[in-house]
Amino acid sequence: MSTYLLCLVLFCIGLYGLLRKRNLVKIIVGLAIMGYSVNLFFVLLGYRLHGRAPIDAPDQVIENMVDPLPQAVVLTSIVIGLGVMALLISLAIRIYEKHGTLDITKIRKLKG
Amino acid sequence: MLKANIIPLFVIIPLLSAFLISLLGKYLKRQFIYVFSNISCFLLLYFSFYGLNMLRSCGSNIFVYKIGGWAPPFGICLVFDGLAGFMLVIVNLIAFIVNIYSLNYIEKYTDKPKFFTLVFLMLTGMNGLIVTGDLFNLYIFLEVASLSSYALVAFGTDSEDLEASFKYAIMGSLASIFVFLGIAILYGFTSTLNMADMAMIIAEKTGSRIIPFVSVLFIVGFGTKAALMPVHAWLPDAHPAAPASISAMLSGVLIKTLGIYALARILFNVIGISSAISSILVFLGALSLSVAVLLAFAQTDLKRLLAYSSISQVGYIILGIGLATPLGILGALFHLFNHSAIKSLLFLNAGAIDYAAGTRDLREMSGLKEKMPVTANTSLAASLSVAGIPPFAGFFSKLIIIFACIEKGYIGYAFIAVIGSILTLATFMKMQKLAFFGKLNEKYNYLKEVPLAMKLSMVVLAVICVCGGLLLLPRWNFFLSDAANVLLEGSHYAVKVFEAVK
Repeated sequence: MSTYLLCLVLFCIGLYGLLRKRNLVKIIVGLAIMGYSVNLFFVLLGYRLHGRAPIDAPDQVIENMVDPLPQAVVLTSIVIGLGVMALLISLAIRIYEKHGTLDITKIRKLKG
Repeated sequence: MLKANIIPLFVIIPLLSAFLISLLGKYLKRQFIYVFSNISCFLLLYFSFYGLNMLRSCGSNIFVYKIGGWAPPFGICLVFDGLAGFMLVIVNLIAFIVNIYSLNYIEKYTDKPKFFTLVFLMLTGMNGLIVTGDLFNLYIFLEVASLSSYALVAFGTDSEDLEASFKYAIMGSLASIFVFLGIAILYGFTSTLNMADMAMIIAEKTGSRIIPFVSVLFIVGFGTKAALMPVHAWLPDAHPAAPASISAMLSGVLIKTLGIYALARILFNVIGISSAISSILVFLGALSLSVAVLLAFAQTDLKRLLAYSSISQVGYIILGIGLATPLGILGALFHLFNHSAIKSLLFLNAGAIDYAAGTRDLREMSGLKEKMPVTANTSLAASLSVAGIPPFAGFFSKLIIIFACIEKGYIGYAFIAVIGSILTLATFMKMQKLAFFGKLNEKYNYLKEVPLAMKLSMVVLAVICVCGGLLLLPRWNFFLSDAANVLLEGSHYAVKVFEAVK
């Protein structure tokens, strides 16, 4: 249970970064932390303490199995997260080239 | 089983086109890329109609394709039913028309192969999301479509485009994180990712507190993608910033596929909608449709006005779906169809004005009807349709939604819907008056009507706007009612999927 709570703490740290920071890069880092906290939560859902991989060989007794599906799913999710991150950072670089600053209060033109 | 073999084509064709165009685009002539992209779009449109026709003729009303031959609870399956066919026809129809429009419009951008690559990737994501029968696969296609749309919004690389795209990307990724969290919790609860299998397990385990929590996560996640009112802030920036043909795709089909279709599919067919969730949806729909139209009225930038109006019209659709009655869902799906044609057309008109006159500011343009008759007349048809003037399609869909509200006893919501419709009329009359009527502005004396391909696509969409009401006739009625029945039968969807793979 406490591990799940730690995931929640990590999620809130990411949300704080996303909502309160003014620097574009820090906003991106906040988003990344939120993504990883959810990934961690998903992996922990399938984890059992002292568990092992569910490979069924003859003359083996498996007592504690780790569910492999969340791990496969999270691996895909991390790759997607990488794609989003690359796009966001390239956008931030282009914005920096245009304005010479990363502060969102100074580059803000659009409203609503 | 052979009939199901067309389903993967909806993902394969656009993905292969994107791959080939990005790989060979530099070495080929421009005209070849144009022809190639239009052929792939036409093939997609043909297969959507072909699938829908096959669904009607063979009477089983669902096809399931097993990827790699693995049966559903273990492998990923692709499902083609009435609702998926309905959405595929809309998405591919708009994509085909927008692609024709792009032939001329894209001239002002430098990198044409990359543009078409991104469009086809977005189409892959949308088509895949519609046909998939696996919850995690849905998330992947959601991200494919979203990522390419973030890049397309920034395609012009002006500072406003970049800022709008950044805002959109942050809010969109946050929404995806909520969706992913919802999927993780549902997996922990049911230990399966297959939508049909999950629906069966959830139907057995009643009375859990997890289900309302997950429903709210999905409403927040998909609601952000659909730009429901409290989380709409990205849309009025992102849709005007994109190139006009992309704005038409984003407003016409992307918010509906990623937001409304995914939400409706999961809430109705997998989780099962409760009265509390349904009343939340109705409230959010009414809020969006009433507040956004007021904001739209105040705009002077043509594309921002259209973007706010999109939020308002999405409110109507969510209102109808939230009612969860047969009439409400029918009206919502009909309005979804009408709005995708109408709003694509209006954005294409805005693009045509931008192409010819080089402005988006309503105060600068005046009397353009004289110089651009095709644009003005098609825009008038779309405006009258979205405002709900009787012979046009938009009138019937709004009328059905308002009747559905009254039928369920929500007189107040019906009243809000009527007021929203009147304000929409006011907004579009203002837009028409400022842009097309009145005296021609001196500096636009040199204007010419836009090239043939742009005119052609606008006229085709205008015909759809005008004739859309014919879908209510008994002969064509199946298109809407088959789609509505899929949502209405709820978790019986699971039984049908498992029967189809036997």
